[in-house]
Amino acid sequence: MADRVQRRPATKLVPVPSTNKIPERDVDKTPILECRHLGIDFGGLTAVNEFNMAIGRTEIAGLIGPNGAGKTTVFNLLTKVYQPTRGTILLDGLDTHSMNSVQVNRAGIARTFQNIRLFGNLSVEDNVKVGLHNQVRYGMFQGVCRLPGYWRGERVAHERAMELLSIFDMQDLADHQAGSLPYGAQRRLEIVRALATNPSLLLLDEPAAGMNPSETAELMDNIVKIRDTFHIAVLLIEHDMSLVMGICEGICVLNFGEIIAKGTPEEIKNDPQVIEAYLGKKREV
Amino acid sequence: MKRMTKKNRANFLTYGGVILAYLLIRVYDGTVGLSSMIQGLLVPICAYVTMALALNLVVGVSGELSLGHAGFMSVGAFSGTAAAIALQNAIPLAPLRLAVAMAIGAAFAALAGFLIGIPVLRLNGDYLAIVTLAFGEIIKSVFNNLYVGLDAKGFHFSFLNDTVSSRLGAGGKLLIGGPMGISGIKIISSFTAGIILVLLTLVIIFNLVNSRAGRAIMAARDNRIAAESVGVNVTKYKMMAFVTSAALAGAAGGLYTMSLSTVVANKFDFNTSILILVFVVLGGMGNMWGSILSASFLTLLPELLRKFNLDQYRMLVYAIVLIIVMVVTNSPFLQQLVENVTGRFKKEAPAEAEEGGEGNG
Repeated sequence: MADRVQRRPATKLVPVPSTNKIPERDVDKTPILECRHLGIDFGGLTAVNEFNMAIGRTEIAGLIGPNGAGKTTVFNLLTKVYQPTRGTILLDGLDTHSMNSVQVNRAGIARTFQNIRLFGNLSVEDNVKVGLHNQVRYGMFQGVCRLPGYWRGERVAHERAMELLSIFDMQDLADHQAGSLPYGAQRRLEIVRALATNPSLLLLDEPAAGMNPSETAELMDNIVKIRDTFHIAVLLIEHDMSLVMGICEGICVLNFGEIIAKGTPEEIKNDPQVIEAYLGKKREV
Repeated sequence: MKRMTKKNRANFLTYGGVILAYLLIRVYDGTVGLSSMIQGLLVPICAYVTMALALNLVVGVSGELSLGHAGFMSVGAFSGTAAAIALQNAIPLAPLRLAVAMAIGAAFAALAGFLIGIPVLRLNGDYLAIVTLAFGEIIKSVFNNLYVGLDAKGFHFSFLNDTVSSRLGAGGKLLIGGPMGISGIKIISSFTAGIILVLLTLVIIFNLVNSRAGRAIMAARDNRIAAESVGVNVTKYKMMAFVTSAALAGAAGGLYTMSLSTVVANKFDFNTSILILVFVVLGGMGNMWGSILSASFLTLLPELLRKFNLDQYRMLVYAIVLIIVMVVTNSPFLQQLVENVTGRFKKEAPAEAEEGGEGNG
């Protein structure tokens, strides 16, 4: 099964200037992610229905909506924590039907979690090294017998981990236990771990939750930096409108499992349906 | 690199401790002389320490509960010992025969672990505990009803009824005799072989834990969904830990039985599985040092009690020891006391660490 999904070649951490900071919806280029008629039922309850969306190769897209609208469920569908009841997910033109979480990750989707899911007993560096699991490979036998492949692999993994941690200036925390980090650092570490898997699409589930305005501003810069450096697409769920409106090039609004609006931040801000369902009206003076 | 050396230092301390203990016992034996009772316990202690370390790999490192590790010990014991008897003429050198027999025992136990693991490790939660519990009982029944003989024509097997004895040709011998087990074992296990097995087990576990595979195993323990989300095949790595553990248990089983003259399947029952789990829990899950100490101590304990004619209170003492450990580790007063005592010794340690940090920075 695993062999059906070709592993993507490892990308070097060389900064590449983004060629298209403007949302890319060219017809001649395939989107990195395309969802068609995606839906899932839990028993009789339709959690997500008719979810159609496409994300450009280096686009930062937002998924917003009131609590319980099904945003995280969409993430769980994309990463195959749940198998969709209906519809198709195309990742870079490849149908992810019948793939499991592991295969989807190898195909290029990495994610963070709303309720942080770090490997709490491992060190920060080891968390990132687990993310590098499929990027730096050597066999169990090499590890147990400490053959040259082990030393080579560990050296490369250490260098790559440190390089990735430097995105958020976290090299100094490398030896700390992941579970003992402050909340904000744990969120950042989750992003680093996801990036370590060399994704082409990064899913961020409420990355700014619990952060103060200055931390959020820093996070916004970092998300854009990550997109520009790694040349990847980012899809994020967020309730902080300054972040969503600030960096997202395309926004999708979900309510009761259905998309009620899609468009640029300006369009979304002025959409009467979105204002009604989520953003709320300005108080009349 | 500082972190690496810190981790390595702890590992080398453990290796050193085991070697030191070996040398001390040897020197003591040479000068003062150990009582025959203790001497007879040296190999079983090594076997149980190996068992505790192996089970710690499953319980502490991979986070699954196995209640049937005596089953793997049994598989290793019977296949290994039968192999040793079969190879008696082929390999006259006893230590080599022991090593080959233990390797065969480990291979059979690993195979058993693999077969058990296929259906079970795909599941979450307590299923592994339930199935391994059943596995231990099944293995006991199998060896209670299995007859294996060897003659010039090769191996003969029968199940439930002993038809092997009558079929055996001239010069043939019954290797496994159902409920009678294996008898007439040549005692070829030695304390040195036991210590080598313990060291080998430590090397395998430490090197595994600090490698790519070990990180994947621990990641799967800490958070299965997150591990899958970063592309770790959780089932595969849980299987890796389980099979490694089963193989080590098999080798320990081989070592153990080859220090006895007879062995029966009932020796490796549910109580033995629980006993090994007690070693692991008492020593601390994931703590290899603790497993070594608790396995040694609790194996010696009944014999020490026998000295004071308290032999029949063995299980009571086990229970009391466990309760005391639980009370002590959970009491805030005692924790504070320990912290105060160790804090006095550690006063100079932080300064040292800072210096080291600056030197590396």
